[in-house]
Amino acid sequence: MTRGWKGGRLAALAVGATLALAACGSNSIDAETQENEKKAQAAGGACEELNMAVNPWVGYEASAYVVGTVAEQELGCTVNYKNLKEDVSWQGFATGEVDVVIEDWGHPDLEKKFFEGSGDGSAMDFGPNGNVGIIGWYVPPWLAEEHPDILEWENLNKYAQDFATSESGGQGQFLGADPSYVQFDEAIVENLDLDFKVVFSGSEAASIEAFEQAEKNKEFLIGYFYEPQWFMSVVPLEKVALPPYKEGCQEPPEDVDCDYPETVLKKIVSTEWAESGDPSVDLVKNFEWTNEDQNTVAKYISQDKMSQEDAAAKWVEENPDKVKAWLP
Amino acid sequence: MTATALRPPGAGARPEDDVAPVQRMRRIPRWALAVAVVVGWVVVWYFTKGTDTLTLGGRENTDTHDTLTSFRDWVLASRDTNPIVQLTTSIAEVFRSSVDWLQRMLSTANLPRPVPEVGWLGVTAVAAWVGLAIAGWRIALLVTASFLSFGILGFWQDSIDLLIVTFLAVLAAVVIGMPLAIWIATSARANSVVSVVLDLMQTMPTFVYLIPVVLFFGIGASGAVVATLIYALPPLVRIAGHGIRSVSPTTIEATDSAGQSRMQRLRKVQLPMARATIIVGLNQTIMAALSMATIASFVDGPGLGQPVLDGLKINDVGRAFVPGLLIVVIAVMLDRTTTAASERAENVARRGGHQHERRRKLLLAGTGLLALVLVYVSRVSLWAAEFPESELGTSLASVADSASTWVTDNLSSYTNPFRNEFTVLVLNGSDDRPGLQSLLAESPWYVTGAAIAVLALVVGGLRALLPTLVCLAGIYFLDLWHDAMITLTMTLVGTVLVMLLALVFGVWMARSRRTDLVVRPLLDAGQTIPPFVYLIPVLALFGPSRFTAIVAGIVYAAPAAIKLVADGVKGVPATTIEASRSTGATRWQEITKVQLPMARSSLVLATNQGLLYVLAMAVIGGLVGAGALGYDVVLGFSRSEEWGKGMAAGASIVLLGVMLDRITRAAAADRSAPREPSRTSRMRWGGI
Amino acid sequence: MTTIPRTGRSTAPQGATAGAEQPPAPGSGDAALSVRNLWKVFGPKADKVVGTPDADLSRQELKSKTGCVIGVRDVSFDVAPGEVFVVMGLSGSGKSTLVRCLTRLIEPTAGTVVLDGEDVTAASEAKLRELRRTHVSMVFQHFGLLPHRQVLDNVAYGLEVRGMSKKERRAKATEILDLVGLDGYETSYPDQLSGGMQQRVGLARALASDPTMLLFDEPFSALDPLIRRDMQNEVIRLHHELGKTMVFITHDLQEALKLGDRILIMRDGEIVQVGTPDQVVGAPADDYVRDFTSDVPRSHVLTLKWVMRDPRPGDSSEGPVMSSDTVVFKAARAALASAHPVRVVDGGELVGIVDDEAILRVVVAEETTEGSKP
Repeated sequence: MTRGWKGGRLAALAVGATLALAACGSNSIDAETQENEKKAQAAGGACEELNMAVNPWVGYEASAYVVGTVAEQELGCTVNYKNLKEDVSWQGFATGEVDVVIEDWGHPDLEKKFFEGSGDGSAMDFGPNGNVGIIGWYVPPWLAEEHPDILEWENLNKYAQDFATSESGGQGQFLGADPSYVQFDEAIVENLDLDFKVVFSGSEAASIEAFEQAEKNKEFLIGYFYEPQWFMSVVPLEKVALPPYKEGCQEPPEDVDCDYPETVLKKIVSTEWAESGDPSVDLVKNFEWTNEDQNTVAKYISQDKMSQEDAAAKWVEENPDKVKAWLP
Repeated sequence: MTATALRPPGAGARPEDDVAPVQRMRRIPRWALAVAVVVGWVVVWYFTKGTDTLTLGGRENTDTHDTLTSFRDWVLASRDTNPIVQLTTSIAEVFRSSVDWLQRMLSTANLPRPVPEVGWLGVTAVAAWVGLAIAGWRIALLVTASFLSFGILGFWQDSIDLLIVTFLAVLAAVVIGMPLAIWIATSARANSVVSVVLDLMQTMPTFVYLIPVVLFFGIGASGAVVATLIYALPPLVRIAGHGIRSVSPTTIEATDSAGQSRMQRLRKVQLPMARATIIVGLNQTIMAALSMATIASFVDGPGLGQPVLDGLKINDVGRAFVPGLLIVVIAVMLDRTTTAASERAENVARRGGHQHERRRKLLLAGTGLLALVLVYVSRVSLWAAEFPESELGTSLASVADSASTWVTDNLSSYTNPFRNEFTVLVLNGSDDRPGLQSLLAESPWYVTGAAIAVLALVVGGLRALLPTLVCLAGIYFLDLWHDAMITLTMTLVGTVLVMLLALVFGVWMARSRRTDLVVRPLLDAGQTIPPFVYLIPVLALFGPSRFTAIVAGIVYAAPAAIKLVADGVKGVPATTIEASRSTGATRWQEITKVQLPMARSSLVLATNQGLLYVLAMAVIGGLVGAGALGYDVVLGFSRSEEWGKGMAAGASIVLLGVMLDRITRAAAADRSAPREPSRTSRMRWGGI
Repeated sequence: MTTIPRTGRSTAPQGATAGAEQPPAPGSGDAALSVRNLWKVFGPKADKVVGTPDADLSRQELKSKTGCVIGVRDVSFDVAPGEVFVVMGLSGSGKSTLVRCLTRLIEPTAGTVVLDGEDVTAASEAKLRELRRTHVSMVFQHFGLLPHRQVLDNVAYGLEVRGMSKKERRAKATEILDLVGLDGYETSYPDQLSGGMQQRVGLARALASDPTMLLFDEPFSALDPLIRRDMQNEVIRLHHELGKTMVFITHDLQEALKLGDRILIMRDGEIVQVGTPDQVVGAPADDYVRDFTSDVPRSHVLTLKWVMRDPRPGDSSEGPVMSSDTVVFKAARAALASAHPVRVVDGGELVGIVDDEAILRVVVAEETTEGSKP
């Protein structure tokens, strides 16, 4: 029993000590709470929550977090970032789980399903976000430098054997991309009579790693890539010229024999949210910036290893004029 | 005993009809028959290669796939009117609000409070106290260290979120799984139906059902909990069902004869007697739930998966490594805690000992009070509410990153040529010498199908042939034959390599305690770390290729196989070894003539598990350039119009898994060994 | 090997005669247990066998024809209150199935079982539970104890499922543990006890609910010989003290002879013979039983009834007087010591004469079989 008592005394001592410790600094939580309450009141409750889909690539994160940061700082919104792939994001419009997709590269099938007219009308096009997507065939810079003629598609067959790998069955290997992206490479290879086989990397990470290693080890590699992309600032890939895009040359898909068109990246939003009159609606409507802007923020995230929030906040601070133009 | 001798025939009866042909074949050794089949196959391949291979382009699909997609569209379109959806959304709401409430209590700011209701100090204290109460002070220390590591490495919130999601998913698994386990334990018919469904739940790649789950249960926490639940439920049902079924029939009979009701039998006899097994099932379910952490983050599931994926987005190995490591920490913590808690409860019961009960109560009351005080402190003072910033996580990340860079820079000049040699030699072959893949995938489909069926018959008898035929037919009708054969090739090659590793390391670990001590924790880590963490270094070493996928499969599958072999070899009785030594056997003879043959059932089990684990990584293969079924699944996950193809690919993976499982089990049973790879053994996450 | 005095004998009906052909007399209302035409057939469509010509097929034939296996075939017998009734047979003879059919641990295919006037075979599930809780208890070969419970709670289990309060049932269980000589082991766990002690727990559990009848399914087969003998004596003692009706399954003839008031011998699910020990040994129904009983020390089992000859006018009237149910072994010393043959007197009437030669025939025959063993 005495041991028990000794334990009890010890415990009491510990309790006393921790309580004493707790006494200091206890103000800060209360203070912040009150401050938050004040802030919420000041915002007047005009802005509700903003559900921002975050699709899994850095450029998208840059746009999403910049818009989100402005909405929080200037409009007092609560922004919920939701890490989702494109398909799932679109599904979320109808249930109110997603309000905004800030960078859409074109999803005809999803538009058909969710736009007014052909689909349930839960989603709508909210105009371009200012970024332009350049999809195409790229090679690592060392290759472009050493064999400049490789940048013309007509010369690709000459090098086909150099591109061969264990995966390409005796032909040259063309590295296809993450299946999320619109790709016609199998048709292009076939229709341009190229001695290549499309091997799908399966993920953006695999493509990036492959290009990085190819540049580092001076290996032959050609594959599907795109701008804006943070990796371009690490290894500036060179684009191979394919027969230029003409209206209609991508129809039907199995007959494609031309380059990818420049893609105007759009904002897609929930119809219900767009009609809610929330101040954040105007912000998203007005949001527009350049590839260069996006690349800057993407670089903060990927190269400087800043968190998405910090990277966005830094850009917002450095570009007050651009931000002002978006505000309602 | 008379009663057992007179059990109705059929229950223990052997299917006599399949004994006969096998015995006939016995006259020629089985391996010779198999070799003959393969030689014949090669000859046919030589003349027919490249015809009727049923190849389908990467972005092509067929009517079957479009039908599946339009079925999905139909479900989606009827979402608002479907009564099932109303049910699922209300269930989802329960999950969502529970997660949300727990998060505001423990992990995220409960606005307008800048911090959660209970800060890190309080949470850690309570967790440690729970550890102390259920498993003793060692575990309390382990729990404390684990929780502190969450904060020190900078992932406090994500770690707690993962624990919350895991907790809810496991809770739901228990609520749903225990009645199911009881049901399958008491009804043979229920057992056969349910275990097919469980097979499906365990082998169907998550990417296939993730989006439909989100459709019904919503994005974020609720979808994550449900997806996790689907994957984590089977181990509990299987193992608990097995435990309840294995309760000694004598005891059941004896207590029945005392006039107990069914409910009394269940509550007072079956459940208590199966308790230890049920806890093993619970443990496996927790591990399975954790392994879903990263996948669930694809649909905004909260937890450590998110930072892992963030790291992947910017190809930053270090940034993915640290949260991956914390997932391992959580897995080890929960594994050791459940195991210790179960052992301890057992011991307390054994000792019959409540001798120290009073002292224990006092201790628990005292420490409980202390924990409450710490909770209070963490509510009022900022230092105890928000984990102090620490650079340790970032420095660990950069260390991991530079280590990975160093390894890849220095080794890739060797690894890539090696990959090429290996791929050409084993997979591709040449024009006049087949590789495994060219044999399987470039033969006409009917030749490959026939060859596989005959091999199944040779290896496993009729019992293997029938499921093999059914599975092959299924794969044929799903229109992904060529891709399925490539996936099968990679699975077989991966399994052979896994078994080589398992033999070498398993025997080594069994024979040397020190090796075991060093290697085992590494195996635990290999089994629990998300593959997304090591994807990038492996890619750097081997490029986007099938070989990369095989390596990923090996990393994932080898730990379980090694453990099984080690435990099997260790289980060989010391007296047998002694007897062998007394005959003057060399060490090599001792291993090859005594230890390995006697551990045969473990070797079979390890092979069976190896196959299924490697196959489970097929989808990861799709993410690293291996193409085949894995790519199709990822494609279906990524593009909504391709969902049908992804679904078909997922179903093909299931069929491959069932086929390989049945063949190995039949082969094992056929050799008159105990029918070892039983239901319970088909768990991923090995260990039993 | 000693013979135990059988005081319970007087209550046992002596009427049953040897031979399986004659069905036992119809169950009188006061029989503790009455079994009529009991069948157990295992297999698909088992209920389609009884009452058809298939039922007359041999085990083998039935198996190959229908896939069914006969466990118990048309068994009828009565057990009187307080009697120790032994069912004996080799493994596979159906004896364990039979005893399980009595309380429907195995559901019989056909026939009736009446227990204390209650038709077990027609009882509802609730009624059956009631019977098991209060009327019959069973002791099992492999004990069937609950490993997660202390001895005390194992013994109290039957009372617990009845709904008796914890305090009450523990008091009762403590009392029973005393009775079987296990006081002091209340808080042990089963796996801390030896096999013999575990079976004592099993016995105590069966006694705790104070049933009118105890069923034993080869309870001592798993024990080593010395312990087995102790346990047999324990059963005999308890039978004296408590006077319960017992049905006892065994494959050990010695055990059957030692414990049984009457013995039922089974083969292939059928009754071969029902009778008192001396009937079974003295007048085996067929070669099967004869073979079975050939090793038995006959002098310990046979009574004078089996060796006496009819009195003749010239017989000496000076020999010692004994009753006809005196065991030969007991009579031997007195008979051999006396110069005159033993006079067997039942109820004051001289029923027979046993001379030295007759006694020696039994004893010496035994010696030779004994001696001829390797």
